[in-house]
Amino acid sequence: MSEEVRLMKGNEALAEAAIRCGCDGYFGYPITPQSEVMETLMKLKPWETTGMVVLQAESEVASINMVYAGAGCGKRVMTSTSSPGFSLMQEGVSYIAGADLPALVVNVMRGGPGLGTIQPSQADYFQTVKGGGHGDYKQITLAPKSVQEMADFVGLGFDLAFKYNILTVILADGLIGQMMEKVVLPPYQKRRTEEQIRKECPWASLGRTPDREPNVITSLELEPEPMERRNIALQAKYAEIEKNEVRFEEIMTSDAEYLLVAFGSAARICQKAVEVARAKGMKVGLLRPITLFPFPYGKIKELGNQVKGILSVEYNAGQMVEDIRLAIEGKVPVEHFGRTGGIVPTPGEVLDALKDKIIK
Amino acid sequence: MTTNDIMKPENLVYKKPKLLNDKTMHYCPGCSHGVVHKLIAEVIEELGLEDKAIGISPVGCAVFAYKYIDIDWQEAAHGRAPAMATAIKRLLPDRLVFTYQGDGDLAAIGTAETIHACNRGENIAVIFINNAIYGMTGGQMAPTTLEGMKTSTCPYGRDVTLNGYHLPISNLIAQLEGTRYVTRQSVHTAAAVRKAKAAIKKAFMNCMEPEKKGASFVEIVSTCNSGWKMSPADANVWMTENMFKAYPIGDLKNS
Repeated sequence: MSEEVRLMKGNEALAEAAIRCGCDGYFGYPITPQSEVMETLMKLKPWETTGMVVLQAESEVASINMVYAGAGCGKRVMTSTSSPGFSLMQEGVSYIAGADLPALVVNVMRGGPGLGTIQPSQADYFQTVKGGGHGDYKQITLAPKSVQEMADFVGLGFDLAFKYNILTVILADGLIGQMMEKVVLPPYQKRRTEEQIRKECPWASLGRTPDREPNVITSLELEPEPMERRNIALQAKYAEIEKNEVRFEEIMTSDAEYLLVAFGSAARICQKAVEVARAKGMKVGLLRPITLFPFPYGKIKELGNQVKGILSVEYNAGQMVEDIRLAIEGKVPVEHFGRTGGIVPTPGEVLDALKDKIIK
Repeated sequence: MTTNDIMKPENLVYKKPKLLNDKTMHYCPGCSHGVVHKLIAEVIEELGLEDKAIGISPVGCAVFAYKYIDIDWQEAAHGRAPAMATAIKRLLPDRLVFTYQGDGDLAAIGTAETIHACNRGENIAVIFINNAIYGMTGGQMAPTTLEGMKTSTCPYGRDVTLNGYHLPISNLIAQLEGTRYVTRQSVHTAAAVRKAKAAIKKAFMNCMEPEKKGASFVEIVSTCNSGWKMSPADANVWMTENMFKAYPIGDLKNS
């Protein structure tokens, strides 16, 4: 069968991919700039084909708790939202972490703080990577740079979530959600049967069969010692993820004297900036973290031994730059260039910033 | 015949349901939760739904309901149980999915989730323990606290100018097209316990019907003698004299 190439918005590709990835349920609440996700699902009516449940909830608070409950049944469940909605979800996100549940949340970021703007932003980096809810927890964070990755990261996100019993966040920006590109959608994958779920997720609350003790999905533990043990186990899981799951893309880094670091659509702009710089004879490279947690500290540290300076390019006031500085430990200058309020910088602006702040 | 002649295993007519385990409950003596837990366990057993039941426990005194009834459970964030029940029932339509919630959980922080799950006509059961106070956190004012009733956050009595009125949320729920059965019961006498059990049984049987006909909602007007600072016997008297006026016992909707 020939590859099926489609022209789609990132949000639409993500919805199509969800159906194809054996997703059991989507629970969402409309918010710009990601409303096409639920609109696409409602139009495609997957409950008539794959049996996937799609439900419009009364709020993001409800939708994340629907995801928490569906995940507690061992189902592949997801939601999508944009920044203000992701803030509302932090309660459920923390419970999902506390109960060791696998689930997928998509945040198509818009500018903040507050109601902010509906234009693209990357200002939820801290909220997602450092933990926006209460308690010590982490979540795997994937940052797509294209409509293709919006589609591809659904399956990857679910696979990672179920590998570690953790929440995966697809942290996209409004530009990726809204722009149209060519995309090859993933092949159809069957939803798991209940027998498969019972085998793969023996902890799932699906109804107690006589052969086992009751399964209880909870994050509650009033005794301090067992609660600390739970926290230690969580941290061990995060360490394992940091060891195994770091993903990044390098563009012209091998001989780079100056390094741009950017994720999501900002990396696409930086890719162009690298091309322009190279045409002018400037040895500029790009490192694009694909996983923001786990963050490629090791790779950045390594590149820090080679380059003369690093510019972090983000649609925010300077967030990922702090992690780059942690990796570099002061060896070379690390500066931030960003636009806020929903403004997306041009490749020219990026190069000007590189000259002003780093090359000097 | 002496008492000892009668007290033999073969003469035993009352049995604790198997699903109700022997763990020591954390509930205060005189609390209604233990009775309602027993009724739920009995009904699940009588309906043969041990392997189909999934309960959602709340935040509140009943947070540990999952420790006492040996079925699968999920522990909700405060107020979110009906949203969770919605998802579970949609994903697993042949299961018995029920929430067990107190007044603060259901009628304050979870009002939106309660109303919307019921209004969507989810085929779930909601067991609502209304004792007009926050028990677990130490006796604060609840949405269902009666006017003039003293709690730790309205120590001079609930003042409507400060705090508004007691919220008869079951009456609101009964107005929704999405509910098929809304009833208000109590467990303070043997007769009341039997009626409450029949109500829970009806609610659970409704949930097991394959067609989605609507949510079933069982309010149990209950005592919190610790929070009310009364003996269990006095709390029962106070409930019948005061709570039943604001929350009259009986079916609000039975279709």
